[in-house]
Amino acid sequence: MPEPAEARPRVTVTVDGAPWSVPAGASIAAAFTEHGTPGWRRTRRRAEPRGLSCGIGVCFDCLVTVNGVPGVRACLAQARDGDVITTEKGSGFAERGA
Amino acid sequence: MPNAALEPAARPAAGPASWDLAVIGAGPAGMTAAVAAADAGCRAVVLDLGERPGGQYWRWGPATGDGRYHHGWPAFAALLGRFAAHQAAGRIGYRPGHAVFHLEPLGDGGAGSGAGGADAGGAGGGGAGGARFRVHAVADDRRRDYAAVEAAAVVVATGAYDRQLPVPGWTLPGVMAAGAAQSLLKGSAVVAGRRVVVAGAGPFLLPVAAGLARAGARVVAVIEAGQPLDYLRRPADLAASWRKLPEAGGYLAELARHRVPVLRRHAVIAAHGGERLRSVTVARIDAAWAVVPGSERTLDADVLAAGYGFIPQVELLGEAGARLAAGSGPGAFVALAGADQQTTVPGLFAAGETTGVGGADLARIEGAAAGRAAARYAGHHVPPAGRGTRRARAALTRFAGVMDSVHAVQPGWTRWPAEETVICRCEEVTLGELRAAIGLGADDARSARLLARPGMGWCQGRMCGHAVSAIIAAEGGRGGPGQGGPAGPGPGDPGLVGPETFASRPLAQPVPLRVLAALAKDGAIEDSTVQDSAHLDSADVPE
Repeated sequence: MPEPAEARPRVTVTVDGAPWSVPAGASIAAAFTEHGTPGWRRTRRRAEPRGLSCGIGVCFDCLVTVNGVPGVRACLAQARDGDVITTEKGSGFAERGA
Repeated sequence: MPNAALEPAARPAAGPASWDLAVIGAGPAGMTAAVAAADAGCRAVVLDLGERPGGQYWRWGPATGDGRYHHGWPAFAALLGRFAAHQAAGRIGYRPGHAVFHLEPLGDGGAGSGAGGADAGGAGGGGAGGARFRVHAVADDRRRDYAAVEAAAVVVATGAYDRQLPVPGWTLPGVMAAGAAQSLLKGSAVVAGRRVVVAGAGPFLLPVAAGLARAGARVVAVIEAGQPLDYLRRPADLAASWRKLPEAGGYLAELARHRVPVLRRHAVIAAHGGERLRSVTVARIDAAWAVVPGSERTLDADVLAAGYGFIPQVELLGEAGARLAAGSGPGAFVALAGADQQTTVPGLFAAGETTGVGGADLARIEGAAAGRAAARYAGHHVPPAGRGTRRARAALTRFAGVMDSVHAVQPGWTRWPAEETVICRCEEVTLGELRAAIGLGADDARSARLLARPGMGWCQGRMCGHAVSAIIAAEGGRGGPGQGGPAGPGPGDPGLVGPETFASRPLAQPVPLRVLAALAKDGAIEDSTVQDSAHLDSADVPE
């Protein structure tokens, strides 16, 4: 993925258990994009792949679970060092037994 | 840089903090409104969904704070400096990460207010008296605390989002709003993909494509559905807004340098790929946006950045009782406002795209007018604005009108999606299912929603509402008032906003049930506003 030339500070998060190095200050959606993973959610009804759509917090298509909180908008949330990110299948609440 | 740390959320029991002015949205309009009000001696609190002031137009992050991906960055730096100075002096309070879900008029004198939070003070000097509005928000998407403030006046500057048209494959990862590609670049310095097609209608496509090309993406083509030569048919309006022409010319020259073809009267009518976007189908279209048979061809791409104009976010205004009118294009409403940006609700002001899409320059002029008028409403003395501002505003408004007509969405697009194409992304309702509902007698958007569920999901119909209405109109139904379809009324019609549209949203954002439960117990929100919530089934669960 093309990126500005100079070195940027990076932070480490885990995505579904795997450690990822992501640019400091980037949104979680940007972290997925930079990683070459444009789709990360599976829909409730048809299990279709989804990723970034509106990019500004309106469409709720990019939801991820962050540190146990489901339904976080990846386009708005900034990736913070140590974040535990898990991708969502269905509503994102089933994993919590809700 | 202003303090971007989240301040502790007010608890319902403690009583909300009270301010002269609450500004919702920290984009060009909201920031300018807050600064103008603070200049006049107002204490203004700004609540914004984003993590930093600037909105979408000036979205930025640690890697982009030099403005290299932005337009008009020196203006933003100056505005941010004034914003931060007022913040340091206690005249501006800044609340990032706040999703405002309800704007509640309190009636005269601020019933139930007056407790005052830790940062309360100075509300409603002079004529207007105490708090007239309570602003309810969910703070910090990672925690979802309840937060509230009260204010004598409110400026709503919530901006707009891209209108996307549903075509086969448009839900594939890699297909995104033009604004989403912009937000990756401006906010995170990350390029959306390697081979990008930029498609839609309107001059906004040009800076998106130029920005991506500059950042190293291969922009395969810019696909414009409108016919920009039509600008030449409105020479008087164009002459009045000459300032905007060099801007567009600069982007076109930059695209030419990067050898990016710009196609007019073309559209992306399908996207292809299994797990992610691999290619798109581009076709020539006529003036009504019907596909010219045999003109289809395929372009390889890993990103499609699409936008057909913008839909203003006016839900908070409508629910607070402000009169809305049909905006530009299907599904778009705007708040009716006077020259001082006051809506039909006294003390409630609207600025920027919420009063009609006109771009960042116009948004700042409207924001300044709203901030000054709101300060006056809250009892502060404000000298009148200069004549130059009024002229610039008139010119920009005129240009926005030409832009609307040249790039207006035409109903021919409703033939682009296939029976199995998803129209409502949240509830995964296909065109076939929507047509079945229409066949059963659903002749407006509300009936279709009740029968087939489009608009019942997380986004509350924001993404699909315009499309559902346009499809119903194309099938011979009413399409819903204000939808701008063949059966929709024009601007200025009374009674535009009714329950049959998607624009009515008592809760403008998803709210955890525990917040609603606490509010209901506290009596902070009247029972009636909690009913008919389209998204309670997907709200957070109590812990």
